[in-house]
Amino acid sequence: MITAAAQEREHYLNASYGLKSWLLTKDHKRIGLLYLMTVTLFFFLGGAFATLIRIELLTPQGDLVSSDTYNKLFTMHGVAMVFFFLIPSIPATLGNFFLPMMIGARDLAFPRINLLSWYLLVIGGLFSLAAMLAGGVDTGWTFYTPLSTSYSNTWVILTALGIFIAGFSSILTGLNFIVTVHRMRAPGMTWFRLPLFVWANYATSLIQVLGTPVLAVTIVLLFCERVFHIGIFDPKLGGDPVLFQHMFWFYSHPAVYIMILPAMGVISELVSTFSRKPVFGYGFVAFSSVAIAVLGFLVWGHHLFVSTQSVYAGMVFSFLSYFVAIPSAIKVFNWTATLYKGSISFATPMLYAFGFIGLFTIGGLTGLFVACLGFDVHVHDTYFVVAHFHYIMVGGTIMAYLGGIHYWWPKMTGRMYPEGWAKLSALVIFLGFNLTFFPQFILGYVGMPRRYHVYPEEFQVLHVLSTAGASVLAVGYLMPMVYLIWSLRYGAVAGANPWGASGLEWQVSSPPPKHNFEETPVVTTDAYDYSKVMGEVIEVG
Amino acid sequence: MGKLQLFPESASTFAPDVDHLTIFLLLVSIFFTVVIFAAIFIFAIKYRRRSEQELPRMVHTGLALEIAWSVIPFGLTMVMFTWGASIIFKESRPPNNAMQIYVVGKQWMWKVQHMEGRREINELHVPLGRAVKLTMTSEDVIHSFYMPSMRVKMDVVPGRYGEMWFEPTKTGTFHLFCAEYCGTKHSGMIGSIYVMEPQDYQNWLSGGAAQDSMAQRGERLFQDLACSNCHKSDATGRCPNLVGLFGKKIQLSDGRTITADEAYIRESILQPTAKIAAGYQPIMPTFQGLVTEEGVLQLIEYIKSIGPKPSVGAAPEDSNSAGSTPRDR
Repeated sequence: MITAAAQEREHYLNASYGLKSWLLTKDHKRIGLLYLMTVTLFFFLGGAFATLIRIELLTPQGDLVSSDTYNKLFTMHGVAMVFFFLIPSIPATLGNFFLPMMIGARDLAFPRINLLSWYLLVIGGLFSLAAMLAGGVDTGWTFYTPLSTSYSNTWVILTALGIFIAGFSSILTGLNFIVTVHRMRAPGMTWFRLPLFVWANYATSLIQVLGTPVLAVTIVLLFCERVFHIGIFDPKLGGDPVLFQHMFWFYSHPAVYIMILPAMGVISELVSTFSRKPVFGYGFVAFSSVAIAVLGFLVWGHHLFVSTQSVYAGMVFSFLSYFVAIPSAIKVFNWTATLYKGSISFATPMLYAFGFIGLFTIGGLTGLFVACLGFDVHVHDTYFVVAHFHYIMVGGTIMAYLGGIHYWWPKMTGRMYPEGWAKLSALVIFLGFNLTFFPQFILGYVGMPRRYHVYPEEFQVLHVLSTAGASVLAVGYLMPMVYLIWSLRYGAVAGANPWGASGLEWQVSSPPPKHNFEETPVVTTDAYDYSKVMGEVIEVG
Repeated sequence: MGKLQLFPESASTFAPDVDHLTIFLLLVSIFFTVVIFAAIFIFAIKYRRRSEQELPRMVHTGLALEIAWSVIPFGLTMVMFTWGASIIFKESRPPNNAMQIYVVGKQWMWKVQHMEGRREINELHVPLGRAVKLTMTSEDVIHSFYMPSMRVKMDVVPGRYGEMWFEPTKTGTFHLFCAEYCGTKHSGMIGSIYVMEPQDYQNWLSGGAAQDSMAQRGERLFQDLACSNCHKSDATGRCPNLVGLFGKKIQLSDGRTITADEAYIRESILQPTAKIAAGYQPIMPTFQGLVTEEGVLQLIEYIKSIGPKPSVGAAPEDSNSAGSTPRDR
C-alpha cells in the first residue's frame, strides 16, 4: 500500500505520466529504468538460448536440435549476453541512475544524448533480434573470418549491423560519463572524494570511447568483404584471416573490462556500506581501475597464442597479461581488508558482494592459467576457457549487478525487497553457478573443445553436472524477477537511507525528486564517512 | 554414461611438462583462494554487526601492506610467465630429425599425407618415440589441430603454413579434435591419433596399394602443370632453376633477400607476382584453382627433393636417433 505521505510528495516517477513522458524523457533516472527493462529482456533471451544449449549437452549425441541450430544457439547466446546485456548492464542502468547523484549533479552532462544512447541500443537490439527471428546467425559471437565473410550463409550482416549500432550507444554513454565527471561534480566533490563506483565507471568510459570505434571499423571491413568481396580477411581474396582476430580482440579484450570494472565499482560501494567503513586503500582501488583500463588495451594478443602468431609476440602478450592481473588482485585484497574490524551486516547486497569476491577470485586466478603460454596451448578453445570467462562475466558481473540492483532498489523504487527471499536467491545463484561452471574447468583440461554439438561419451558425467547446475541457476535468476516486481506494490516503504550508507544519493528521499537535489549539496568530507549519517554511535574496532 | 575422467591421458613428452606447470598453477591458486575465503569468513563472523549504532574506528591504509600484496603476487606471476614461455619455446622448435607429415584441413575433415605417400583422412598414424612435425594449412576456414593427450594444439589457417611438433611416449589411440569453430559439422571434425610401435608403423606405412612418395607425386604434377617448360634444371629456362633452391637465400627484384621456405614456394605458385626473384620477369601465371593445397605440398616436397639437402624446415637424414626407423626418400 502506498502511504498518503508518499503519494503526495513529488518524485521522478510521479512527476509526469504517460508513455510519452517515458519515451521522450531526459531524466537520467528514467533512462536508467528504460535500460534496466531493455537489458533484462536480453538477459532472459540469452538465458533461454543457454537453457537449450545445456539441455542439448545432457547427452553426447545431438538429439535435441540439429548442428546448425546448436551453432546458432551458442552464437545468439553470446551476442545477446555480451553486446546487449553485459556491456550496457551496470554502466547504463546503475551508472545512468546513480553516477550523477553520487557526484551531486542534477543530471548527466548531455541528457538528450543520453536518451539517444538508449534508442541506439534499442535499434541495434532490434536489428540483431530481427536476425535471430529471420533464422539466426551461426558464426560464434566472435565472427572469425573467413567463416563469417565467405562461408556462413546465415544473417551475419544484420546481426553485425545491430552490434555496430549498439556500439554507438556505448560510445555516447562513455562520453557522457566522462564529461559529467569532469564538469558536473558538486562543490567540494574533489577527484579523491569520488565514490569508487564513479572511478570505476570513469575508467570504463575511457575504454568505451577509445575501444568501441575499433569494433565499428572491424564490422565495416567485415561488411566490405562479405558484401562487396573486397579482400581483407579471406586469403582467397588476398586477405589475412588472422588480421580480423587482432582487430576483434583489440576491442573485445578491453570489452571484458567494460563488463567487469563497473562491477568492481559496485562491490566497493557494497563492501564499504555493509562494513560501515571506508574502502581500505581507497587510492589504490581507484587507480587500479584506471590501470586496468590502460593495460587492458595491451593484452589482446593473448587470444591468439595458437593462431600461428609469432611465438615471441605470444611471449610479450603473456608477459603484459600478468601486469593487468595485479590491479585486480589489489582490489580483492583491499575489499577483504575493508572487512577487518568493520561492522559487518549480512544484508542481501553484501551476500552478493561476498559471492562476487569468491567467484571473481576463482575467475581471476584461472585467468593466470590461460595467460600462461604452455598451459593455454592445451586449454585454448576448450571448456576451461568457457568456465574461466563465465566466472568473470557471470560470477563477477552478474553477481555485482544483482547486488547493486538489491542495494539501490529502495532508492530507485521507494520500496524494500523481501529480505528472506532475496537471501535465498543469492544462495541459490551462488550454488547453482558453481555447479554449472566448476565442472567445465575439468572438462576443458581433459580436452573437451568448446562449441561442440556432439561430444565423446567420456565427457558426459561432467556435462550432466553442469546442466544440473544450470537448472538451479535458472531458478535463482527467476526468483528476483518475481519478488522485485512483487515488491513494487507490496514491499515495505523504504526510507531515504535504509542501509545507513554515506553516498549523496542516500541523502535525498526515495524515490529521488525529479531533479535529484533540492539544493546543490556541498561536500566537506571524504567518501565513506559514516559518522555524518549516524546519530548516536557505539565505537567498535 | 561414460566414466568420470578428471585428468587427461598423458601421451607425449610435452604432457608431463604441461601437467607439472598445471600443478604449480593450481597450488598457487588454491593458496590464494583459501587465504581470501578464510579471511572473508573469519572477518565476517568476528566483526558481524551486533548493534545498529556500531561505528567502526578508522583503519588507516598501510603502504607496506599494499606494496607487499602487489609485489609478491607479481613475483609469482613472473614465475608462471617464465615457466609457460619456456614450454612454448620448446614447442615452437621441432628437433632437426623430426619426421615430417603434412595436414590439410577442410570443412569438415582432416587430410593427412605422409612423405612416403600414404594418405589418410581423420586419422594420423605415428611411430612411438619419434618426434613428429606437422606442417598444416586449410582449404577454407580456420581450423585447429588439437591432441589433448599430447597437450598441443595449433590453428590451421588458410593461406599460411602452421607448424607443430610432438613426440609420442605411449602407444594407443588418442583423440584428435578440431578446436577452432569452423561451421556446421565442427564437432564432427574429429579423428584418432594412432601411436604405434616403430615396426608396426613401418608395416602400416608400406601397407595398402603401392604408392608414390609425395615427392614423386610432386614431380608428376610439375610435369602435368608444365612447370618444367620454364623452370629448367640447367638454367637455360626463362624462370629460376629450382634445383637446390629450397632453404637458400633468394635475392628479390625489389632488393630484399628472403629464404626459400615452404611459405615462399606456396606463395610463388599461387601468387607468382608477389615476390619476383632478381633478374627474372614477372611472367608466371597464377596456379590458384589449378592445384589443390595437397598438390602444392607435393610440389614443395618435389622441390625439396631435387638438389642438395635442405637446411630449413625439412628433415635431414637421421643423425642422432639410433632407435628411429629408416625412411626412403
